[in-house]
Amino acid sequence: MFLPSQGWPLSPPPIHPDLLAASPSPQFPSASYLTSLGSRPENGRCITKLENMGFRVGQGLIERFTKDTARFKDELDIMKFICKDFWTTVFKKQIDNLRTNHQGIYVLQDNKFRLLTQMSAGKQYLEHASKYLAFTCGLIRGGLSNLGIKSIVTAEVSSMPACKFQVMIQKL
Amino acid sequence: MSRQANRGTESKKMSSELFTLTYGALVTQLCKDYENDEDVNKQLDKMGYNIGVRLIEDFLARSNVGRCHDFRETADVIAKVAFKMYLGITPSITNWSPAGDEFSLILENNPLVDFVELPDNHSSLIYSNLLCGVLRGALEMVQMAVEAKFVQDTLKGDSVTEIRMRFIRRIEDNLPAGEE
Repeated sequence: MFLPSQGWPLSPPPIHPDLLAASPSPQFPSASYLTSLGSRPENGRCITKLENMGFRVGQGLIERFTKDTARFKDELDIMKFICKDFWTTVFKKQIDNLRTNHQGIYVLQDNKFRLLTQMSAGKQYLEHASKYLAFTCGLIRGGLSNLGIKSIVTAEVSSMPACKFQVMIQKL
Repeated sequence: MSRQANRGTESKKMSSELFTLTYGALVTQLCKDYENDEDVNKQLDKMGYNIGVRLIEDFLARSNVGRCHDFRETADVIAKVAFKMYLGITPSITNWSPAGDEFSLILENNPLVDFVELPDNHSSLIYSNLLCGVLRGALEMVQMAVEAKFVQDTLKGDSVTEIRMRFIRRIEDNLPAGEE
């Protein structure tokens, strides 16, 4: 399941190539919201707004959530906190898989993301998924930001209701 | 030091905080998008309406309440079942008009306004106006046209929050000709 018992060091940099590829593969219309941002200005604007709302909520939430907790050891400790406690509080389940390249990129995979479970599992609504993910991207970014980590968070869906969030830490 | 020590009790509170903060972000965003408060109020009402027309289905499915025979019964269901189910509070019902077509819902504490303070330049913003839209939309789907509006609001210095509900008319089903 979540954390392998033998400890953290995960398979080193197996970031899925799709996540880093600039152009989506032809047969899978990528729902990465950065791509849709360029193609449809109206859609892009609403996604930016949703992301900003999430950011603000993430900031407030993490502040209240961590006020009685012990200090975090390091970045990874923070990411684990986001994947377990934070995610459980917000979405009633943990992140199913966390991967990192140990160079500031984390991929959080949720196999049954709560905001997508009510949608058709086919490809019909794939292009609309980004609107449902933008708020959550902001939520993660806002939470991390208040814990002192500046980041860029993007999301991708290739088959509903699973999705991946990619967190790119911005070194200060 | 255990981080998870008080998870169970905390989690419920956290969900309500997530809800409150998210609503706050929504209103803030609307204030940025629209120039004046009246437009924001209108948008909130519209969003609420759209929530209400869908929410009623969920409500009827979950609550198992039957048909209401008069407006008083409707008021009771709204306060004791619906508000309890979706907001975790039970407003009191007062100030019935003599004709029995108007009443007030008094909210002792409104979960939407935790952490909220209205800035001076938004004195005409009706922060929780979404609720009015929800009530209007939901009741419209059960053949009742009502008007809902805030007449008191703790955010504006009143001691309680009061939503005034007025029954307008029963909506008759207009079936297309030839269908029964």
